[in-house]
Amino acid sequence: MRVLMFGWEFPPHITGGLGTACFGLTQGLAKKNVEVIFVVPKAFGDEDKSSIRLVAAEDIDVSHTKVELEEFWRNIHYLEISSNIIPYVDPEEYQKLIEQSELEKTINKETTSKRKFKFSGKYGINLMDEVTRYALIATNLAVTQKFDVIHAHDWLTYPAGIAAKMISGKPLVVHVHATEFDRSGENVNKSVFEIERRGMVVADRVITVSNLTRNIVITKYGIPEDKVVTVHNAVEFSNGYEFEEFNKKVPEQIVTFLGRVTYQKGPDYFVEAANKVLKKNENVRFVMAGSGDMLNRMIRRVAELGISHKFHFTGFLKGSDVNRMFQMSDVYVMPSVSEPFGISPLEAMRSNVPVIISKQSGVAEVLKYALKIDFWDIDAMADSIYGLLSYKALSNFFIKYGQEEVNNLKWENAAEGVKEVYESMISNK
Amino acid sequence: MKTICFYFQVHQPFRLRRYRFFDIGEHHNYFDEFANRSIMRKVAEKCYLPTNQLMLELINEFGSRFKISYSISGTALDQFEMYAPDVLDSFRRLADTGCVEFLAETYSHSLSALKNKTEFENQVAAQSRKIEELFGKKPKTFRNTELIYSDEIGAMVADMGFKAMLTEGAKHILGWKSSNYLYTNAINPKLKLLLKNFRLSDDIAFRFSNRGWSEWPLTAEKYVSWLKKIEPRDEIVNLFMDYETFGEHQWAETGIFNFMRAFPQKVFSDGSFEFLTPSEAADKHQPVSALHVPQPISWADEERDLTAWLGNDLQDEAFDNLYSFAEKIRQIDDAEIQRDWKYLQTSDHFYYMCTKWFSDGDVHKYFNPYDTPYEAFINFMNILSDFTIRVNNKIKEQGLTNNITPEEVSNMLKILETRVKELKDLQKKSAPKKRRVKKKAEVETKVKAKVKVKTKPKPKAKSQKEEKGKAIAVKKVVAPKKTSTKKKQ
Repeated sequence: MRVLMFGWEFPPHITGGLGTACFGLTQGLAKKNVEVIFVVPKAFGDEDKSSIRLVAAEDIDVSHTKVELEEFWRNIHYLEISSNIIPYVDPEEYQKLIEQSELEKTINKETTSKRKFKFSGKYGINLMDEVTRYALIATNLAVTQKFDVIHAHDWLTYPAGIAAKMISGKPLVVHVHATEFDRSGENVNKSVFEIERRGMVVADRVITVSNLTRNIVITKYGIPEDKVVTVHNAVEFSNGYEFEEFNKKVPEQIVTFLGRVTYQKGPDYFVEAANKVLKKNENVRFVMAGSGDMLNRMIRRVAELGISHKFHFTGFLKGSDVNRMFQMSDVYVMPSVSEPFGISPLEAMRSNVPVIISKQSGVAEVLKYALKIDFWDIDAMADSIYGLLSYKALSNFFIKYGQEEVNNLKWENAAEGVKEVYESMISNK
Repeated sequence: MKTICFYFQVHQPFRLRRYRFFDIGEHHNYFDEFANRSIMRKVAEKCYLPTNQLMLELINEFGSRFKISYSISGTALDQFEMYAPDVLDSFRRLADTGCVEFLAETYSHSLSALKNKTEFENQVAAQSRKIEELFGKKPKTFRNTELIYSDEIGAMVADMGFKAMLTEGAKHILGWKSSNYLYTNAINPKLKLLLKNFRLSDDIAFRFSNRGWSEWPLTAEKYVSWLKKIEPRDEIVNLFMDYETFGEHQWAETGIFNFMRAFPQKVFSDGSFEFLTPSEAADKHQPVSALHVPQPISWADEERDLTAWLGNDLQDEAFDNLYSFAEKIRQIDDAEIQRDWKYLQTSDHFYYMCTKWFSDGDVHKYFNPYDTPYEAFINFMNILSDFTIRVNNKIKEQGLTNNITPEEVSNMLKILETRVKELKDLQKKSAPKKRRVKKKAEVETKVKAKVKVKTKPKPKAKSQKEEKGKAIAVKKVVAPKKTSTKKKQ
């Protein structure tokens, strides 16, 4: 079986969980004897190609683009509207990206004349343009490549998936890693929502990363239940990962929030819970690692509550700093308001840190050795934090069984689920 | 004539309220008054009242030939008194018939037999007193919490003067042997053992309403025919179950009451069985052999072991923590602390922390007020933290000093010594400073006087302090002058 898969990024060039998830999934599929042609907008050359055939979209000649397809795109004129929401990107990078894309726009003008599109391969201000151009490339691939199934990851690639399906007539599966509702709450970007909905409607199957997301797809996008299948994400840690010995420098226990400081991640609930814990237990420090549009508000709130001496902000953490942060932590909290899946608690568990996760996260559906609370229930959150800090038997229990649980969440199992979806579509045809 | 021995467990725990860590040291009410009252009322209406009525009618119908036995936990009795005195009255009416035996158990349906002998004995004594008070008869037969039994527990029970005890006819203990005989304790053969026939008991308690069961629906006729199929030389069939089987676990709609109403009649018309209470059965039959139970067994789950209550790290931590109080509490004369101590020992609290049935939402979830075992653990530990504070405060308040160990004494001595040393050091440090200041003043005689003051008792020390204050004040004033003179030089 051969799959034409559309992604937007691939390790090591990633800005969010999507690239990591795609990588894990393709590796898992390879073990199940599924061949994957993975299409990304721009190949840098240092991607891991052990289990897939990586095709860079900018290398594809688009001179043969069919006229009907152009007709199709003309109908969706809102694609030209540039979006002010940028998925997965950290706000610090936001500025950089915009500047970068400004530069690239000038280059684009030159390259398009050579009938090959130049892609930045990153999310940016000209995202919608790129999505459109990416879809045009897809039509070409659909003609030149041989495959049985088309698989598109998240809304950025849905137009490409749709285009490929129209040209080849092969079944399409769209994979929902996050919806516009997860990214923006109720203030959805209509264009993005429309692309998402269209992708789901045209697709023969919709794969969601959790039942939580499945419900959103069914209720908010109006997709029939029997078309939507949940395949939980997995996590694969590279074997070379070693725990760097790191001793924390403060005597207090440390409770950590690590993620984007945005509405979706529920940082405000974390601050309120911290305040409650500090009233009772002075021997603890709270850390908010990450940045985002709510960061300033959080800093103000912490000052207002008078807990700044015990509540610290690290800003955005990268690479080894993330590991070090986990090494220092005694409790990890993910109070997300809406989290399609959520990989970071698994990383914490792998570093022997007990976790508290919100019931409104997909990962809560697969974890047993974690405390689960409603994101809004700050009393329960505070109580859970206090419990893990005070009662060693509980935190030791999680440390003892957590690692094993995480290590059993294998991409191979997820790939099996995805493969079953492929097979069901082919047999239906 | 073969014997049928009916025994029903009647128990309700005092469920704990959601006790957050903010409550520690602030609020000392641990129990969910609303849940305890409403559950008691619900079970009373669905089970206790109608079943007691049915049993009373059956006893009246068959004279003294229909006999049953109960073990009612002290916590359940307390709840009857608080929320359901009508149930207590109906049990009294049953007691008056003389056809009902009330068994002894631990007051709070606790696991104390596994941890603390003194506490176990105290609880059994308290329970026996309560039963005698309410029903006029001192219990002669013992039934431990959830039929938990081992050789050692049996020996303790025998030492307390009980002649018979009930436990599970666990397969892994019996092997080829049959539960349908009387056995004895392996350490003290005076204690006779009645073993639950789990197949026939569970046919009523668990399978009765299961439509997927090949024998559904179960009728009294069919059940009596099964009773008759036991080995011809078997002597006794022990049918032990939760009393809540009637009307609560198996709803009235399943026909459980009709089954029970028809059952004695079918037994009597067959003529090969009689009903006896546990102590009558133990008197009538001869034990066939000793039963060796080195590891504790219970009537719970397939494993028939303790893992529903103890064994995972959370349960063990909570359990060990709780019983670390036992010695302290024995010295405390405070009704509320004594009551809470008893209620906190109830086995249900540990049952809620079990992680065995993580995935299957079966029968266990029905009885569990918590979503996860972790919540149960945190809640219990929060309460225990508050309880610790109360116990320690009370001990201080009562001036209970005989509790101090030699280690603690030597520790306190050490602390005292270091304090004294610190004070002396401080004194030394302050002394030379004074001298310097005094030098400026050039009053040598005063320094001599000071040395004398040191050896003198307290009242003078106060004046020394005052002087010290003055000296510092002098120093401050003097200081600028000092520098100015230096500059001049």
